[in-house]
Amino acid sequence: MATVLVVIDNPGAALHKSHRELLTLAGTFGDAVVAFIGDLPDAIAQELGARGVRTVYRPAAADVEEFLVAGKAGFLTAVVRSSSPAAVLLGNTFEAKEIAARAGIQLSSGVITDAVAIGEDLTVTKSVLAGSYAVEAKVTTGTPLITVKANIVDVAAAGEGDLPELVTVESVTPANTARITGRTAKPASGRPELTEARVIVAGGRGVDGDFSPVEELADALGGAVGASRAATDAGWIEHSAQIGQTGKTVSPQLYISAGISGAIQQKAGMQTAKVIIAVNKDSDSPVFDIADFGIVGDLFTVLPQATAEIIKRRS
Amino acid sequence: MEDASQVGLDIVVLVKHVPDAQFDRHISGEDRTTDRNESILSELDEYALEAALQLVEAHGGDAAGHRITAVTMGPAGAVSAVKKALQIGAHAGVHLCDDALAGSDAAGTSRALAAVVSHLGAVDLVITGMASTDGETSLVPAQLAERLELPQVTFASSLELERGDNSWSLTARRDGDVYSETVEATLPAVVSVTDQINEPRYPNFKGIMAAKKKPLTTLSLDEVGVAPGEVGLAGAWTAVQSADPRPPRSQGTIISDDGDAGIRLVDFLAAQKLL
Ligand SMILES: Cc1cc2nc3c(=O)[nH]c(=O)nc-3n(C[C@H](O)[C@H](O)[C@H](O)COP(=O)(O)OP(=O)(O)OC[C@H]3O[C@@H](n4cnc5c(N)ncnc54)[C@H](O)[C@@H]3O)c2cc1C
Ligand SMILES: Nc1ncnc2c1ncn2[C@@H]1O[C@H](COP(=O)(O)O)[C@@H](O)[C@H]1O
Repeated sequence: MATVLVVIDNPGAALHKSHRELLTLAGTFGDAVVAFIGDLPDAIAQELGARGVRTVYRPAAADVEEFLVAGKAGFLTAVVRSSSPAAVLLGNTFEAKEIAARAGIQLSSGVITDAVAIGEDLTVTKSVLAGSYAVEAKVTTGTPLITVKANIVDVAAAGEGDLPELVTVESVTPANTARITGRTAKPASGRPELTEARVIVAGGRGVDGDFSPVEELADALGGAVGASRAATDAGWIEHSAQIGQTGKTVSPQLYISAGISGAIQQKAGMQTAKVIIAVNKDSDSPVFDIADFGIVGDLFTVLPQATAEIIKRRS
Repeated sequence: MEDASQVGLDIVVLVKHVPDAQFDRHISGEDRTTDRNESILSELDEYALEAALQLVEAHGGDAAGHRITAVTMGPAGAVSAVKKALQIGAHAGVHLCDDALAGSDAAGTSRALAAVVSHLGAVDLVITGMASTDGETSLVPAQLAERLELPQVTFASSLELERGDNSWSLTARRDGDVYSETVEATLPAVVSVTDQINEPRYPNFKGIMAAKKKPLTTLSLDEVGVAPGEVGLAGAWTAVQSADPRPPRSQGTIISDDGDAGIRLVDFLAAQKLL
């Protein structure tokens, strides 16, 4: 049976939902094997085994992560050369795309980003031009390197399985690379990761510095908090919360937009959401053109009322 | 190696000519390529040009002998992206134009652009945008670094240069989800910048007039030493098999808040089984 290589880069203490999705997807094509970067705690090794992963490749050199992207790409190339997978699946982060990009050159292999579906013959479906076209594309040369968006498959239940075999792989980092000389951890919000969340409540300039109504509604729905660039630029919330062309592209089940006008760059990141609700004072806001349910009103009254109602119905 | 304290910086800024996102954008033709009428200099490449201009200004300005060359690859019309860059402040322009380039994927684009950079000779910095606003893959900068065997400093949200005895070094900040990283490299290097790094300037009248006298070179694939089969549709490692316009989202129900909109929002969620 074919093997499909899944790249897992520094998950921390436990696998993320997106990693489980990649493993599930890989399992539909053959045996999943893993190229693992970072600390591998026992709990993760056990879960990988339980998800049917028989082999986990790890870099021999401890310092691959100190060389921006080049170190990880060199490792991926070495794993592909030694394991000859039918395809490589990665997450859809900027860094994962770059790892695939460089490994693609080293391996003379095509790269396709932003996959939302992968057919039996490895035909990839993705949307382009800010969601206005659905495209089917295929890697025609080399080992397909595919970066896959989150939320596109249901995670399979983990079975039982032995611990995977750990294989150490020697790789080459080019001499001429940039070095990472400092890392500052960002504060964790405790909320779901934006790209993985099923529900997102996003706030824009209309929140006027106060994200609490947005956060409280997100928490009532178990969702993540997002923002427009106007809100992140103003420093009201972390830049990593930005949704849009130069922020995150999200496709949740539900996107609630509050105090956001709906500029083209904002829409580019969220218009593939299944259901969109917009709350905005101005009935002419372009966000209403794409809303399934729009409320012309003040977010400071509408959101808290909705939050209270959700809590009431749940109790 | 040349003595860095004596010579100016040679900076290449990559500028892509892309369809304007303010209009409807289309994929057309048998080869399923993007329609390039109504195109502009990619908004995200304006940040790359601004970063180059600010580096020059921070290190002695034009008088110090620094030189910014705006480079684009694309069909005849793409030259307008370079012209715009000249108006904003680049010193020279290069347009790689060749029929064989049509349909290039990231691998082909990086192959061709790497060849242009090598052709230009002693380049200290290649600065690009974080993504093209049409392709949106963010693959090209990393692939350029790989092909040119230069340090990759991508998604920089700040960028500083320091002049050493016989080389320049660079410090950048790269913001990820979990970490904010400090990245260091020695020039030459490939850098991509985000829209967080600066506020791009507009061309002014003086710049528009001056641009007319700036050197603008058109190069063919042959001149940069790339065989036609290495790029374009023929050389692509990926193929687009179909492209279908998605029906635009239609507007749903819009209500005005009469005091109970929050409750109606929850009714809507319940009806959609989203609670
Ligand atoms: C290169 C580039 C990249 C960009 N990338 C992104 C990106 O990734 N993501 C992004 O979002 N933007 C991006 N932008 C910016 C984008 O063009 C818009 O400027 C931005 O999205 C506007 O944010 P906003 O809707 O929050 O603010 P505004 O456009 O100012 O809208 C605020 C809205 O809030 C409403 N409002 C005010 N008070 C209330 C209230 N009390 N209750 C309800 N409604 C209220 C107003 O009616 C208004 O519609 C980018 C721009 C450029 C040039
Ligand atoms: N045809 C091109 N001409 C000039 N620069 C390009 C071209 N394609 C990509 N680039 C540069 O590479 C960056 C990333 O593009 P991409 O990888 O396509 O998202 C862009 O912001 C440009 O700076």
